[in-house]
Amino acid sequence: MKFAKFTLAATLLASALATGGAFAEEPKRGGTLVTVLGTNVRNLNSAVQSGIVTGYPGAQLFASPLRYDEDWTPKPYLAKSWSVSDDGLKVTLNLVENATFHDGHPITSSDVKFSVKVIQENHPFKSMFAPVKSVDTPDDHTAILNLSRPHPALMLAMSGQLMSIIPEHIYGDGQNPKTHPRNNKDVVGSGPFKLVEFKNGEHIILERYDGFFIEGRPYLDKIVMRIISDPAARAIAYENGEVHMGAFESLPRIINRLKKVKGLTVTPDGYGAIGPLDWLAINTTKGPLKDKRVRQAIAYAVDKKFILKAIMQGTAVEANTGIHPDSPFYEADVETYALDLDKANALLDEAGFAKGGDGMRFGVTIDFGWPGVKPQVEYVKGALKKIGINVTVRASADFPTWAKRMGTMDFDLSWDTVFNWGDPAIGVHRTYLTSNIAKGVWSNTQGYSNARVDELLDMAARENDPAKRKALYSEFQKIVADEVPLYFTNALPYHTVYSDKVGNPPLGIWGTSTPIDMTYLKE
Amino acid sequence: MNILQTILIRIAYAIILLLAVLVLNFSLMHLAPGDVADTISQSMGGADQEILDEIRRDYGLDKPFYIQLGTYIGKVLQFDLGHSFFYNESVTELIMQRLPATLLLVITAQILALFIGVVLGVISARRPNGIVSHFVTFLALFGYSAPVFWTGILLLIGFSLQIQWFPVAGMRDVTISGGFFVHFIDVVRHMVLPVITLSSIFLALYSRLARATMMEVLGSDYVRTAKAKGLTQREVVYKHALKNSLSPVITLAGLQFSAVISGAVLVETVFSWPGLGTLAFQSIIARDTPTILGILFFSALVVIVGNLLTDLALRLVDPRVGGKG
Repeated sequence: MKFAKFTLAATLLASALATGGAFAEEPKRGGTLVTVLGTNVRNLNSAVQSGIVTGYPGAQLFASPLRYDEDWTPKPYLAKSWSVSDDGLKVTLNLVENATFHDGHPITSSDVKFSVKVIQENHPFKSMFAPVKSVDTPDDHTAILNLSRPHPALMLAMSGQLMSIIPEHIYGDGQNPKTHPRNNKDVVGSGPFKLVEFKNGEHIILERYDGFFIEGRPYLDKIVMRIISDPAARAIAYENGEVHMGAFESLPRIINRLKKVKGLTVTPDGYGAIGPLDWLAINTTKGPLKDKRVRQAIAYAVDKKFILKAIMQGTAVEANTGIHPDSPFYEADVETYALDLDKANALLDEAGFAKGGDGMRFGVTIDFGWPGVKPQVEYVKGALKKIGINVTVRASADFPTWAKRMGTMDFDLSWDTVFNWGDPAIGVHRTYLTSNIAKGVWSNTQGYSNARVDELLDMAARENDPAKRKALYSEFQKIVADEVPLYFTNALPYHTVYSDKVGNPPLGIWGTSTPIDMTYLKE
Repeated sequence: MNILQTILIRIAYAIILLLAVLVLNFSLMHLAPGDVADTISQSMGGADQEILDEIRRDYGLDKPFYIQLGTYIGKVLQFDLGHSFFYNESVTELIMQRLPATLLLVITAQILALFIGVVLGVISARRPNGIVSHFVTFLALFGYSAPVFWTGILLLIGFSLQIQWFPVAGMRDVTISGGFFVHFIDVVRHMVLPVITLSSIFLALYSRLARATMMEVLGSDYVRTAKAKGLTQREVVYKHALKNSLSPVITLAGLQFSAVISGAVLVETVFSWPGLGTLAFQSIIARDTPTILGILFFSALVVIVGNLLTDLALRLVDPRVGGKG
């Protein structure tokens, strides 16, 4: 009997493999998906508000021209097709013809033109659409973006939450789009779900938009986004089934505990484009830290493996450059600074910082912006003591206090977490460009300046050929790894948690910052 | 001095006090490095300098301190608590949205704690060295010293995870549908754990105080007289002694009530209760000055009005209070 069952299963498996993916079950219509957000949402209008918290509701309410799944190739969404001119200066979008906003108004090329303008003026990521000079609208369903230079980052910038198409007839009334009354109330969107209710601090409720331009989608009738800020309470809500799905869980202990729960899947997939990275920032303009050898010595003394194993408890992957390991531009072949105290000591001696009578060479401070990274900071203090660097930990009362210190380069060392935000031109360049030194938190707060790096990034920003672009970014990553303005340790261990009841959870490169029109509830 | 005069003077004091609260808090917030532009940029995953400057300009944060303060106080004098920088909503509206949830939680917890606290206090006062008394003392000390976020999580693990009796977070389940009664039961189920957690602190205070005053009263002359008359122990305790021993407990309850918001912050955060406490906590994290000041203003108002009412009530109830002064 057992044998018979086994053969049956094997036959089924074989036939499924033969037909190629017939295994996938048919998605079901209907149901209410209960999800959870860890932070209160400030603004639902993703054309003016960026960030991972707005990204999730924003991508359900508003559609973008393109979308991505697990690989890094753009797929049609609001644009059924697109083309880039040979000189790379014209990007033509052909919009789907049946698309409407939630109030029934057709979505036209002039809405695209309007949205680009609003994003250019109000979105915090200026680099996304900076090269767009103008938008032509030869007819209702064709929008042509005229560029001042080739701009490969545009592809990712036209997807996910980054290019939300908003209605001109609502937001074009002359009011400031950043504080527009329709940002959080009576939102008229272009995406698969429309807003039912947004109760600040409590929940967001969305419901299926029946007029969505993709036939038969979305599958879900309703999405409830509950706001639960306590991670321990969130974990219990996943466990007892009150919540079906949540993203951006980053506490190692909770991730490891939830992994053992039956009926739950906990996965690190879906964060490649957002690209969150942890690193040790080094102020390259201060005292001994000006010397590359000192920075290298610090890197040799801080053991990445210890951070990954003991602090991250195996939940995070190693990252050795400023580009997320999931990105096609990630260069794995760089100096990784495996623990080597002898080398570190030798480098410091060579740099002229001999040990004093007490065994110490010099002192630096280390900052951190949020309590979650205190273990890393304390570890760095201990690790550097071994090579004679005396580290004083400077706590900040809260985030703004730390942000101010970073933004004005009032620090020696600091633990930091920075996101890639899709294309490197959007979220990576800002950390290394000489022109972006000390321009607030998450700019080039290290005071790092290298003419070749500036040149490479500038070329990469305008190189449309993927292979050539990859080569430029490879060289850039090798230089930075050698000069250590930042010592890269790991990717932030963001995880998505979902119950067995959820079919097709959003695990593409943009995670939950994509429309979840294909997600469904089983049974 | 008549009652009307007293009230007028107290109101004048109250206004000065409220202004002092605002000026002091505004200055303190201003002294801290960094501002809301940083937290807004954090919520957006970073922003260019240009955007940061624009945010500061939009909210008048680029102006000198005394102008910012003057503008704010001027608005408050016109009964306008301003607009939240972070949520872009009227502060008064934000507070009013959150107030009912907090009142529901705090009032329920207070009443429960008062009732159970007095009962436990009286029981243990009757046999100060009995097992029950020691148990109540232990319970009170434990309830008072255990941090509420710990008690809260422990209750969640026990009653939301192990035995799934109560929901984890929030105040209502938006996925259920039904009439008033269904929703009423739903809110009650959501309330159970946060109310128990919050009342555990108050319970300790009330039971200890009730025990002490009851023991004192039980040793007084009129109780001895009542016993001498031949009344039963039960009659003596509940008819004669209880009334007199209650007044300090009620005074304490009145004082505690002023702490409506402060007491609820942690409990609300653990249980994601959509009240003023979570709003206060999030606004402080976000450096959202108008909202923080609005909540502080509101709490100060509650304290001042509460004290005024307590004073007046005492005058009416007990003629000895304020007879000449």
